[in-house]
Amino acid sequence: MERLTSLQIIGQILTQFTPVWIGLVVILALSVIFRKRLSLYGKLFDSPIGMVGLVLVLFWILTALFADQIATFDPLDQISGMKNKKPGWPVRGLEDMHYLLGGDNLARDVFSRMVKGSQSVLIIAPAATIFAFMVGITLGLPAGYFGGKTDTILTFIANMVLAFPVILLFFLLVTPEIRSTGVPLVLSGVLFLFPIVFFVLLFYSKFSERPDKLYLYLGITLVIGFWAYSGLAFNKDPLGVFYMDPNLLNIFVSVVFVNSPTVFRIVRGITSDIGTRDYVAAAQTRGERPWYIMLWEILPNARGPLIVDFCLRIGYTTILLGTLGFFGLGVSPESSDWGMTINEGRKLLSLYPHLALPPALALMSLVLGLNLLADGLREESLKD
Amino acid sequence: MLSFLIRRIGVMLLTALCLTLIVFYLTNLEPNLEKLTKSEGNQRMTDAQVASWLERNGYRQNLFKRYGEWLGVAPGWTGTNEKTGAPVGRCVSSGVAPENTPTFCGLLQGDWGFSTVFKEGVGGIILKKLGLTGWLMLWVMIAMVPIALVVGVVAGMREGSKTDRTLSTFSIMSTSTPEYVSGVILIVVFASRLGGLQWFKGTSQSAMENLTFANFMLPVAALALYGLGYIARMTRASMTEVMTEQYIRTARLKGLTFGAVVLKHALRNALIAPFTVIMLQIPYLLTGVVIIETLFNYKGFGWTLVAAVGNNDIELMMAASVVAVFVVLMTQLISDIGYVFLNPRISVN
Repeated sequence: MERLTSLQIIGQILTQFTPVWIGLVVILALSVIFRKRLSLYGKLFDSPIGMVGLVLVLFWILTALFADQIATFDPLDQISGMKNKKPGWPVRGLEDMHYLLGGDNLARDVFSRMVKGSQSVLIIAPAATIFAFMVGITLGLPAGYFGGKTDTILTFIANMVLAFPVILLFFLLVTPEIRSTGVPLVLSGVLFLFPIVFFVLLFYSKFSERPDKLYLYLGITLVIGFWAYSGLAFNKDPLGVFYMDPNLLNIFVSVVFVNSPTVFRIVRGITSDIGTRDYVAAAQTRGERPWYIMLWEILPNARGPLIVDFCLRIGYTTILLGTLGFFGLGVSPESSDWGMTINEGRKLLSLYPHLALPPALALMSLVLGLNLLADGLREESLKD
Repeated sequence: MLSFLIRRIGVMLLTALCLTLIVFYLTNLEPNLEKLTKSEGNQRMTDAQVASWLERNGYRQNLFKRYGEWLGVAPGWTGTNEKTGAPVGRCVSSGVAPENTPTFCGLLQGDWGFSTVFKEGVGGIILKKLGLTGWLMLWVMIAMVPIALVVGVVAGMREGSKTDRTLSTFSIMSTSTPEYVSGVILIVVFASRLGGLQWFKGTSQSAMENLTFANFMLPVAALALYGLGYIARMTRASMTEVMTEQYIRTARLKGLTFGAVVLKHALRNALIAPFTVIMLQIPYLLTGVVIIETLFNYKGFGWTLVAAVGNNDIELMMAASVVAVFVVLMTQLISDIGYVFLNPRISVN
């Protein structure tokens, strides 16, 4: 059997991504047809930069969804004779099967590892960002609205975490030894409480006069919240649905911890700005309670900058996760995490560049997509 | 101004104390101490032996007491060797007579401890490595700041023009390329056989003795590229804001050329915000330095930090953290003060 030419490799890879192309066409066609009804998302199609960003982000989301169909081999399969082989190398004993982007140091398929690697990033990065936003919003709103002592103390703590060199914090927090000391458990115990607090406050402030709805929403929040909380933070879910690998929990908590203070500062800034508007004064005169004003008057009006920052922050979190992988602190030693693959490949970079290049370009294109998307959203939201 | 400075420095010291205490706690966790014991003693020590070693070497005191000893505000622990009866303690060193042994020996006395990896005093290592990293930072700043400012000013000069679009897209691309990605791409293109160019070297090990363009270009480029986009975007934002001001319109209506308006009226006001951004970018460079020094095997401060963490070198980790925290807090302070000086509209009182 022959090695594939560059053109054949590109053709094969494009064919492998067929489910992604179909998905992209369907989503974009539907979005363009209904763009008038889709508010900010629909307006995105007026900005070329935002469009490119959206396509890149959708591409990786769909890749993560269809990773099993796209990958040509199991990312952990080692096939003898394929160690460090060049892109397009035929697999011995298998008719018409090639390592499209070559084999890595342990004779695994680089292409499949890159495709599979998108999954962990696209689950952890947005999830960690959502948690960071919950923490930042729950603390930033009162700090910006009330000011005073609460503000001083919270800002001091936030500045302190921000003054901590990120890389040092990771080295100290994401080591296997630290698990036995319980530090990540304490952190997760605190940080994972914030989503529950957020939703309880959200529903309580709105429906405190209407017990029928209040009890329903509060009940749902508390049951699901503490069910997930027990599983995720302490791995004590009685039904075993919610579970997080201890190593993953460690990484997740550290990433949330690093991101929250920045979100806090942004929310605090926006809140103290919006807090002086007329509609807030009107709500205060109506006799609304502070938390109602914060969550149902200020927060919805702060959504523009927050959505933009959300996109940027997912990109930043992706870079952080890559950094962690680069230092060998990834999710698990065997995983096809992009950062870890870059780390493995960099040692042989001048001899076999095909090991590190695909995950590096993948990570870059995802972050680029998120940044472009954020830029497009910012531009369009400013036009109003 | 003075009261602002005093307050600011007070908060800074408090932050530094809190942060070093946290680092001290995290580096002195039980598993780390156990590893330290076994590497200092021998690997086959029993739990009881480990416990007694820790007890004998002063690791079983209260955390705050030990932090105070490390800082140099609490007297170092003392005791006697069970077998020989000779005095032992934190500040006792061989060759120094017992009556000359100081009571305090910590950071404030200039005693930074002893590195278990490099078998050298920590203070000396840190100084030497900071010198190496200093060169890297210097060249990154020289390469990054002028390019970023020019890109930002040119892009912000005429908002929405083709030049603006192109330069803004370039800035976004540069902020989307973390150091470990740009480093890999640069090595593949400029230093490997596949790229075919092989203009530069893929490792900067030789740059520690003899710094040349060939062995230092790639790490500097990779580091500068990531920070460049952010500074350029901030400069652009500041420039576009200035360009809409009334005094710019007045200057234009006076009949000045566009170039003169930009250089004489806009530039000075537009460069206030980027100053802060550049200063605050330095802490982010620290993460980049750790990545790039590992990737290019340049044994500076970042590389030392990785080595210290990897080998559980507690004293070296602490010293590196102190330096890192100090750098971050100093840049924050300088950016605050500089902002006040540069911007006449801000009053500290």
